[in-house]
Amino acid sequence: MSLLVYTENWNGKFKKLSLELVSYASGVGEIMNSDVIALTIGPVEEDELMRLAEYGASRIIVAEHDALKEYDTLTYASVITQLAEKEGSDVIVLANNNQGKGVAPVIAARLAAGLAAGVTGLPVSVDPFRIDKRAYSGNAMARLEIKTAVRILTLAQNSYDLKSNRRDAVIEKYQPVIENSPAIKIEDVQRQEGKLLLTDAEIVVSGGRGMKSPDNWVHIEELASLLGGATACSRPVSDEGWRPHGEHTGQTGKVIAPNLYIAAGISGATQHIAGVSSSKYIVAINSDKDAPIFEVAQYGIVGDALKVLPALVAAVKAAKND
Amino acid sequence: MKILVCISNVPDTTTRVKFTEGNRNLDSTGVQWVINPWDELSLTRALELKDNASNGISSVTVAHVGPASSEPTIRKALAIGADDAVRVNCDASDSYSVALQLAEVVKEGGYDIVMCGIESSDHNGSSVGGMIAGLLDVPLVSAVSSLDLRGGEPLISREMDGGREIVTTSLPMVAVVQKGIAKEPRIAAMRGIMMARSKPVKVVEPVDTAALTEVIEYEIPAPRAACRFIDPENAAELIFLLQNEAKII
Ligand SMILES: Cc1cc2nc3c(=O)[nH]c(=O)nc-3n(C[C@H](O)[C@H](O)[C@H](O)COP(=O)(O)OP(=O)(O)OC[C@H]3O[C@@H](n4cnc5c(N)ncnc54)[C@H](O)[C@@H]3O)c2cc1C
Repeated sequence: MSLLVYTENWNGKFKKLSLELVSYASGVGEIMNSDVIALTIGPVEEDELMRLAEYGASRIIVAEHDALKEYDTLTYASVITQLAEKEGSDVIVLANNNQGKGVAPVIAARLAAGLAAGVTGLPVSVDPFRIDKRAYSGNAMARLEIKTAVRILTLAQNSYDLKSNRRDAVIEKYQPVIENSPAIKIEDVQRQEGKLLLTDAEIVVSGGRGMKSPDNWVHIEELASLLGGATACSRPVSDEGWRPHGEHTGQTGKVIAPNLYIAAGISGATQHIAGVSSSKYIVAINSDKDAPIFEVAQYGIVGDALKVLPALVAAVKAAKND
Repeated sequence: MKILVCISNVPDTTTRVKFTEGNRNLDSTGVQWVINPWDELSLTRALELKDNASNGISSVTVAHVGPASSEPTIRKALAIGADDAVRVNCDASDSYSVALQLAEVVKEGGYDIVMCGIESSDHNGSSVGGMIAGLLDVPLVSAVSSLDLRGGEPLISREMDGGREIVTTSLPMVAVVQKGIAKEPRIAAMRGIMMARSKPVKVVEPVDTAALTEVIEYEIPAPRAACRFIDPENAAELIFLLQNEAKII
């Protein structure tokens, strides 16, 4: 038996998320007595690949093929399915991100394997195979039993701590058989260069309608940049065009799980909380002491965000100079 | 060209969920059922595409897997503007069995574009659309934030980590849609509500399938520790606590 973890790379580089996945897979592997095989779709340099060995991968497989240059969901799913079959993997781990959400269900359909999407921890039991996952948009956890011999798990971001677990891994090249040419044709790529992605950020500073005007985002941006974080907003703010749509968090926006989420002038509607409830810490700044956001926050300031944010900026600057 | 929009019937998104029967099932007392928000947006986009006659869309059908009790949700979709509906008459037990039923509907109806939302707000499975594509082996584009037609060919933006791609593919296809697909959900007008009563809802019996997963129990996460309030005049204290107590900055 083996455990296959699919670690996406971004132009040949891994992210913390990739290492989290391997770390998680090695946690599952320990419970199930299986070795961890990490698969990435190349090309990736050897030094970069060896980073996966630090977290418990004992074999690192790089699939390369001309048909894999662009991301075609069905083709990528076939590569992962093929390798899982070849290696007799009984657990396949992927990220619950854009690509993971794309390929995981295809693999599940091809293998008629049970899928648990957005798991947040190790299985609670192996026989029967039971695992907890997010449900009701963060308002509940579901304990899911997977009844098939092959199980597919997608791991919620930032839900598993990195644990170093060095292995003497071997790197293998793998040339998959690709029968159909990719169905998706890419016409144009619009990249957002150099910006910290909201979903990757460990600290997020977010503003709601209580920020009053888009001009006041200077405070949000300054605090985010001082803390090395990203900026976000509530839905009405992006609907108004105050901020780009990509920044909206919540049920119908991005679901994020940073270590720290600072919500300024956000009331804390359930649909907003659905996107941020997995944050490790929530700080709320709101002029209304009864705002529901305080029910989910660990630290709160009742006050005018337009005064409190500049004071926080000054306090961070002062703390940095100490 | 025919579009199929898959819709799920979910508790209104403001519901404070509770569970019954040893926490195995949702306590549906007082729950308002709605079309899953993503599916509502996906239906809206399908109707917008149909409104533009040059796209040559002959029908927008909604498909739902669920018992007769979910019929009000189907009627809502018809009132918003779908032409007809197919309901597979069984409980939606897990994402795989739902996808299998929907794949049958797609085969039977010969739809060109199948639209599914990125997730349902209850199970958060992000799986049905991708599974349909996997089962039928038809092109799948996921993370779709806009869908247009250009001379009978789908023109799609899909979200990538750190950007977006404009892609195209062949029909039939499955599009798994997310934020951006439509601005606001279309609302049923009085006329639509009247018309919905006479629109056809085809009820089909399920094909044989078994669920691959089962929810054993639900748990409501323990409330977070009570909020600690900091004097607004003393913002520095918050920074101190984040550094020294929470140790996250
Ligand atoms: C199906 C559905 C899906 C939805 N999905 C989402 C989603 O994904 N994300 C999302 O965010 N919303 C979503 N919503 C909308 C959601 O219900 C709320 O309307 C929205 O989150 C409110 O945004 P807000 O907190 O910025 O604004 P408001 O609710 O208007 O709150 C503004 C807050 O700012 C405070 N305030 C005012 N002035 C100040 C000041 N000077 N200083 C400090 N505080 C101040 C007020 O006390 C108030 O609490 C959805 C709604 C529906 C129906």
